Amino acid sequence: MTQNVYEQDLVSAVRAALQDVKDPEIPTLSLEELGMVYDLTVQDHHAKVQLIPTFVGCPAVEMIRRLVENNVGQVKGIESVQVEFVMDVPWSSDRITEEGRRKLAEFGISPPPHEFLPGQAPVCSYCGSSDTDVVSIFGPTACRAVYYCKQCSQPFEGMKYV
Amino acid sequence: MKRMHTVPSTNPNVLSLAVQQALVDLLLQLADDDLIFGHRSSEWLGVAPDLEEDIAFSSISQDEVGHAALFYELVQKLAGEDADALAFARSSTERKNARLLERNNGDWAFTIARGFMYNAFEHVRLQAALQSTYLPLQQAAQKIVREERYHLLHMQTWFENLGIAGGEARSRLEKGIASAWMELPDLFSLGHHAAILVEEGILPSTEMDLYKQWAAMVQPVFEKAGLPWPGDAFGETKMVGLTGTDGRTGAHSPDLEELLNTMTEVYRSNVQAKW
Repeated sequence: MTQNVYEQDLVSAVRAALQDVKDPEIPTLSLEELGMVYDLTVQDHHAKVQLIPTFVGCPAVEMIRRLVENNVGQVKGIESVQVEFVMDVPWSSDRITEEGRRKLAEFGISPPPHEFLPGQAPVCSYCGSSDTDVVSIFGPTACRAVYYCKQCSQPFEGMKYV
Repeated sequence: MKRMHTVPSTNPNVLSLAVQQALVDLLLQLADDDLIFGHRSSEWLGVAPDLEEDIAFSSISQDEVGHAALFYELVQKLAGEDADALAFARSSTERKNARLLERNNGDWAFTIARGFMYNAFEHVRLQAALQSTYLPLQQAAQKIVREERYHLLHMQTWFENLGIAGGEARSRLEKGIASAWMELPDLFSLGHHAAILVEEGILPSTEMDLYKQWAAMVQPVFEKAGLPWPGDAFGETKMVGLTGTDGRTGAHSPDLEELLNTMTEVYRSNVQAKW
């Protein structure tokens, strides 16, 4: 099927609406920046958004579905929205975009390393010091670990590599 | 070995009845193991030895229950049974989890011994599932294996530390190991459909393969922790094959009954409720 110009515009509008859907647990990060968007199509005023779930047991997933349905549903020209979670590729923290990594750090969460290094602490997300320790590889959400900065004398969080 | 992965489908019509039954049985073993282990892990919230362990066990529990939900959903797609009902409405005789996982938490050292043994087993079983001819299982394993390594590392660290610490920590760990070891055999059981699962490549590892790979992983950690390897007390052959008390076939202890009563209380209060 050839997509007409109107539908291409709608895809852009839907993409923009998706940009406003943030991770409920990290409200500065959009789904796209998290690397959760797998595919996006519009046909006959029907939008289909395919998302890659992050951690399997993430309780935010159903909330994200509703947020997407709501935001995309408000796009002019879209009459129905279907949100589908796909397993075609496993989500990895490597899917987080550069912009996403920058926003994570800005939010106070160190971006994830690019390999499985559970014994190594990242630089402090507050002061940038590398004088840091691992406190626990489990944190307040499934995707985060807790570290300690000896420079700031306080704990900080980082996103885990998966 | 027959190959199914040319049919990347959850469409039950393409599977013979015998294969579908074996597949559902295996998926329920995976789901029930994770749900029961996840529930027991959640029971440490507020009473773990320190704050970090409250958080760690809650996080592990959340992951495990999530993995269980994923496997129940695969059964739902295959057999049309509701995933929530599979998790909450089945009686103890319908459950397929290994008996080791339903045991009361008891001592912290027992929890660590069991957790380490189970997480090592999960690693071995997931490695086999990564090679599954059934694509949805292969894809689930790809996702889950990335999370599980944190659990294994955590349990292994505690296991080694308790052993190396000596004194009361070590003697309680030794008791925990002896107690968990008695219940190990059905962990490696694949239940009534073991032959067809291996033959069809749904889980391309025999029970003996699973045990041997597990032992090769676990034994060096016993050495590091300065603990004697208890394997020889039973002999390898006793570790595999169906026994009269195999959790995979629905033979469970009163501990599971008590766990299910607690776990399903809210669900039973209003089965129709949407949460």
